[in-house]
Amino acid sequence: MTAYILRRLWQMLPTMAGVVVLVFVLFNWVGGDPTYLLAGKMADARAIANIRAQLGLDAPWYVQLGIFVKQIVTFDFGNAWSTGEPVSHIIATRLGPSLTVLVPLTVLETTIGIALALAVAFVRGSLTDRLVMVACTVGMSISILVYIIVFQYGLAYRLGLFPVQGWGEHFTENLLRYATLPILIGLAVSVAPTLRLFRSFVLDEVGQDYVRTARAKGLPERRIVWVHVLRNAAIPIITYVMANLPALLIGAFLLERFFGIPGIGREVILAVERSDFPVIKAITVYVAAATMVFNLLADLMYQAVDPRVQLA
Amino acid sequence: MTGPGLHHPAVSPGLWTLAWRRLRADRVAMAALGVVCLFLLSVVLSATGLVAADWEDEVAVNYAPPTFVGPDPLLAALAQPQAPAPPNAFDPLAGDIAVLKAQLARRGQAGHTVKRTTLPFGADKWGHDVVRKTIKGGQTSIVVGLVAAFVAVALGTLFGALSGFYGGRVDDFFNWFYSVFTAIPSILMILTVAAVLQTRGVATIVLILGLTGWTGPYRLIRAEYIKHKAREYVLAADAIGASSRRKMFVHIFPNVSHVALVQVSILVVGFIKAEVILSFLGFGVPVGVVSWGSMLNEAQNELILGKWWQLTAAATAMALLVTAFSLFADALRDALDPKLK
Repeated sequence: MTAYILRRLWQMLPTMAGVVVLVFVLFNWVGGDPTYLLAGKMADARAIANIRAQLGLDAPWYVQLGIFVKQIVTFDFGNAWSTGEPVSHIIATRLGPSLTVLVPLTVLETTIGIALALAVAFVRGSLTDRLVMVACTVGMSISILVYIIVFQYGLAYRLGLFPVQGWGEHFTENLLRYATLPILIGLAVSVAPTLRLFRSFVLDEVGQDYVRTARAKGLPERRIVWVHVLRNAAIPIITYVMANLPALLIGAFLLERFFGIPGIGREVILAVERSDFPVIKAITVYVAAATMVFNLLADLMYQAVDPRVQLA
Repeated sequence: MTGPGLHHPAVSPGLWTLAWRRLRADRVAMAALGVVCLFLLSVVLSATGLVAADWEDEVAVNYAPPTFVGPDPLLAALAQPQAPAPPNAFDPLAGDIAVLKAQLARRGQAGHTVKRTTLPFGADKWGHDVVRKTIKGGQTSIVVGLVAAFVAVALGTLFGALSGFYGGRVDDFFNWFYSVFTAIPSILMILTVAAVLQTRGVATIVLILGLTGWTGPYRLIRAEYIKHKAREYVLAADAIGASSRRKMFVHIFPNVSHVALVQVSILVVGFIKAEVILSFLGFGVPVGVVSWGSMLNEAQNELILGKWWQLTAAATAMALLVTAFSLFADALRDALDPKLK
């Protein structure tokens, strides 16, 4: 097991190196010279030379790449250009609010998705099944923007059931007061695609021989669904949920922006608006690293759920 | 496309003929195709200037409500041509304005046209007709989605063909490239590229979406090429001395093109949604170009004033197109790849 993990981590190195080079090329060659952006409108030659020296832009490219790698390894990206706040501090403080929304959202979404998928898959082909699938397709076609705008206007602004936006100091206040509506909207948006996907996972299982055998020996349908089918359908579900966690961290950026939640996603949007390159670079590199680590975790959980899987 | 197979049983129907027959038997798919074609027709008509070319005319009062709601009495008062203001002896521009008004009158344009108080589906902040604006916005969003999907699939096909056909080092290189691109979540990738490319414009969004979306098609096309390169018809082509390029794109590609087509139809849906979000955030279309995303951006503030029509128009048009397109893409996949069912 340890050998497997070590080998997987070793295999991540070329990919990670690729991500670093890709980000480096994007920001250093495609993106143009950030000096003029930083120097402002009234820049003289001395100020520009000064900034270039500070950023290391006057050094050859391999020195600059070295600086970038050093920044990644030491978790020290310097200060954000727009606010002067240390980038590591930005990431550390924005992670909490993001997780406050994302963890309950993921747990609820997965639970509801599994329950509905099992229910729908067992009446497959029926009118209910087809109606639910059509509703899913229509629900997925409406832009997430429309969900957010309409729900925020209707439930928060008009009916006053939730605060329109904001974020507090205490975890429970945030979770129960400010995060409730974003979580509800996140659910409304994500249940349809999740249900469609999980339904296909369950459908792959219900046709299997072991389900027929379980029925033949007289097991109640409830036990077949919740014990036999669920355990087998859980394998692709776990892979899907785990592998998508890091992407979710960014994916909730619209929710965070509309509801004023100081999370990672909103920080990315702000950084793009302000051309705050150190923040974007840091978040991109670390999210990529997290994606790879979570893929490994997914594979490890795979084996925990299914003893037939041999990690070699 | 009905194919000669129906009349000459000796000729067996090809993949496309069979797929078209399957598709035609599917009533939902044909209805979806009809809706998609209507949208594409509106894109063509508005791109050639036959429809909605004058969407920027301020034909109605600001926020004129839809006709079925009835005119807003407060706004209707604004629609009447106002009595000219009494001459102000201290107005330094009075002379210039008088000259300009005389010029306008000579060209036959009245200074004050009567603005309409209602429109079929209302007007926006400046009195633009929402229906025409939605058609124009749809043109931008759909064209961006289509072109970007073709760019992404072309890139994915090229990389997948090289990777699957040559194998070995080339395959390793492209697989590494693929794992690098998939390590970064697509939305983060899109935002990063948007941050780096400072210029905003329709071409920029197409580039962003196209350059980041090739990974899905790449994986599928690569698998197809690996499967096909050992088949007899490729070996036969090899025996008569066909070059690698010829084998890849003249012999194999027609046999895997259905995979590419299904990928285009799937990506179009995702890219239209992505364009709307990018434009909404202001990283998409430039000021002065209307798209469904920029309409939703305006509509967000209008909703608080109770002006719901622009939001409804853009959201409905988009939902209709995306529903039809995804139903059609599903049916197309089933028709072209019956094994998947």
